[in-house]
Amino acid sequence: MRTAIQIISAAFALVTLALVGQPAKATDSVDPVADAKAFQKYFTTKFPKLKLSDFVNGPYSLNEDMHRQWVEKEEFPPYEFSLDAGKEMFTKPFKNGKTYADCFADKGIGVRQNYPYFDEKEGKVVTLELALNRCRESNGEAPISYVKDDMAALTAYMAFTSRGKPFDIKIPSDPRALAAFENGREYFYTRRGQLNFSCASCHVQNPGERIRAEILAPALGILNAMPIYRSEWGGMGTISRRFTSCNSQTRGVPLEPQSDEYRDLEYYLSYVSNGLPISGPGARP
Amino acid sequence: MKMFSRKAIVALALLVAGAAPALAAASEADFKAAYAAADAANKQAGTLRDQWTVTASALAAAKKAADAGNFDSAVAEAKEAEALAKASVFQATSEKDAWKAEIIR
Repeated sequence: MRTAIQIISAAFALVTLALVGQPAKATDSVDPVADAKAFQKYFTTKFPKLKLSDFVNGPYSLNEDMHRQWVEKEEFPPYEFSLDAGKEMFTKPFKNGKTYADCFADKGIGVRQNYPYFDEKEGKVVTLELALNRCRESNGEAPISYVKDDMAALTAYMAFTSRGKPFDIKIPSDPRALAAFENGREYFYTRRGQLNFSCASCHVQNPGERIRAEILAPALGILNAMPIYRSEWGGMGTISRRFTSCNSQTRGVPLEPQSDEYRDLEYYLSYVSNGLPISGPGARP
Repeated sequence: MKMFSRKAIVALALLVAGAAPALAAASEADFKAAYAAADAANKQAGTLRDQWTVTASALAAAKKAADAGNFDSAVAEAKEAEALAKASVFQATSEKDAWKAEIIR
């Protein structure tokens, strides 16, 4: 009888250990839905006066004076010239007679909120900037720079046609898609550069605070406004430009635009902003 | 006395011989060795996707000084580059796990 009790006790202890061991493992596992929920809750708790949709306006939503500046700026938005150039480029036929519209669902109108997506055939994340260059190449045109005005203009026009539509990034049931999300999350939180900053150091831990003369934007909704006209740049900037310049500012050598890490980072950041409306093109100080 | 003098001379000669390299100006070979060490550390940082811009600047400065024949400065810059590259490798290695502590949960 005593032996039986000992065996049952040992078995119970083993089962308990196994069960206790599991949550520790679960802490490391990736749950994008829970991640996005926690991410959004963090920001809405930090800035309780803001509506969820206000986060897409970055620092302009966090400061009353800046908000007034933004309202005035929107009357004659500095990105307007880029928008016009983008529309012209988008509709102008390639040498083979086709246009960008032939490469996208719904002729490329109102689709910005679905990018980036995970391409199960390729096993990788495809961003809008990448899709635009692939469209060019498949139609016999040379790719354009990911960080310069033409790409900014094209994405500005496409974002404009999606204004108000909520980000709708999907993670298909494919372990590679989950891995891409996880890689993006890792890149976002990893400190790098001589200044030892992660993306999160500024855009999670210190949004609303000043870094020199600038007010840091919250990470929530940060890509919804892309591309942006930045007064600091004196021109338009794409998501690629934003990522590479962030790395340089921490004294890190930026990766190649559209490298796997940046594609995954965009996937992660866009997914956690699901539900927030596209507001691009935007303007920032 | 005579013996002592000879010993003293030998000891002095050895001392001078030992100190001489430290006092002498750096050579091209010194620069090449220092640069190769820095470059290797920076390449390791590259495989970890965490190179620093300041490392690249120090490497460029080392090369520029060497091209001008200033090997003292070139070696100093190369050593600075190596220290920076090693710091970036340390950062990348420690961040392999450290980033998880920052996740919003």
